Amino acid sequence: MSFRTPLKQALGLGASHSGTSRWWAQRVSSVALVPLLIWLIIGMVHHGGADYAGARAWLGSPVTAVLAILALVASFYHGALGMQIIVEDYVGHETVRLVLVVLVKFAAVVFAVAGIFAVLLVALGD
Amino acid sequence: MAKFRLPANSRIQPGRRHSTSVGVKNVKVLKVYRWSPDQGGNPRLDTYEIDRDSCGPMVLDALIKIKNELDSTLTFRRSCREGVCGSCAMNIAGRNTLACTKPIDEIEGEIRVYPLPSLPVIKDLVPDMTHFYAQYASIKPWLQAKTPAPSNRERLQSQEDRAKLDGLYECILCACCTTGCPSWWWNSKRYLGPAALLQSQRWLVDSRDEATGERLDDLEDSFKLYRCHTIMNCTEVCPKGLNPAQAIARIKGRLLARG
Repeated sequence: MSFRTPLKQALGLGASHSGTSRWWAQRVSSVALVPLLIWLIIGMVHHGGADYAGARAWLGSPVTAVLAILALVASFYHGALGMQIIVEDYVGHETVRLVLVVLVKFAAVVFAVAGIFAVLLVALGD
Repeated sequence: MAKFRLPANSRIQPGRRHSTSVGVKNVKVLKVYRWSPDQGGNPRLDTYEIDRDSCGPMVLDALIKIKNELDSTLTFRRSCREGVCGSCAMNIAGRNTLACTKPIDEIEGEIRVYPLPSLPVIKDLVPDMTHFYAQYASIKPWLQAKTPAPSNRERLQSQEDRAKLDGLYECILCACCTTGCPSWWWNSKRYLGPAALLQSQRWLVDSRDEATGERLDDLEDSFKLYRCHTIMNCTEVCPKGLNPAQAIARIKGRLLARG
């Protein structure tokens, strides 16, 4: 027997007074991803079979490079928020949950930085 | 980890068969979840064959007929038999609903009757609602105002403001929505669930309530409120035709407007 009242258990640690900004950021990034991903898919289809010189010519344009970097940032930002929610939904163990959420964020930053670096390398490379 | 399979002691086994007397033309078969704390063991699914022609129209009528004529040990909650009290909420043919307002003839073939999902079972179709009620209590479902009530009359409300409570006040707390929500299944300890959040909205929109800010403070939390992923099972199953998913979206909108 824990002798805690049901209300005590329902109240738990109380409200964190946060969460709205995270929820809104997920919505805003999803809206930003709509045009970015449409542009990216069209670009991929057009330049999919191109050789390195062709890809460089496309990615070398400032507009393309900026849009590609924006698409990377928005994707991994949105993806990290979504993965965090999935982890929080399904992983009940507090410590495991915390570790997984940190790993998700690390992975998103690593992949986003690697992607941006790759775009810059192709766009600005000699 | 979220559990996708019932624990070994909750897996349902085939049960007994209770047949109605021979010569019945119109037989309806019900398969009912049975578990008794006195006997222990695993739950089982008992089969009951009833005479549809001498039974009332609703699933609750069938359950009462079973209890009266076939098996008096069958245990379930019921009271008003007209969809007002919320006592007979259970899972019928795969959907949470009220047995008293669910017509037998709407269900083809045998009718499977289980207790509300994800709650501890006390006996047969009677679940333990303690945590559900505690979550309801935690949102302070009463009028909070610092301004004293007028000494000579009640607190007034315009007809337009009163109309804003429509679609919210009708909730009977049967728990069909909350126990039908996958997000609540996984995180019921912290996520308040659609019923408690619909009631939160009911007090947030009440023109006489002066605790709107405090109420929003108490709701703003990644788990208490934002575990709602607009799955919308709540709105799908509500036997009163209410829309908890919309109420939750309105709460999120208020928090956003507050910034």
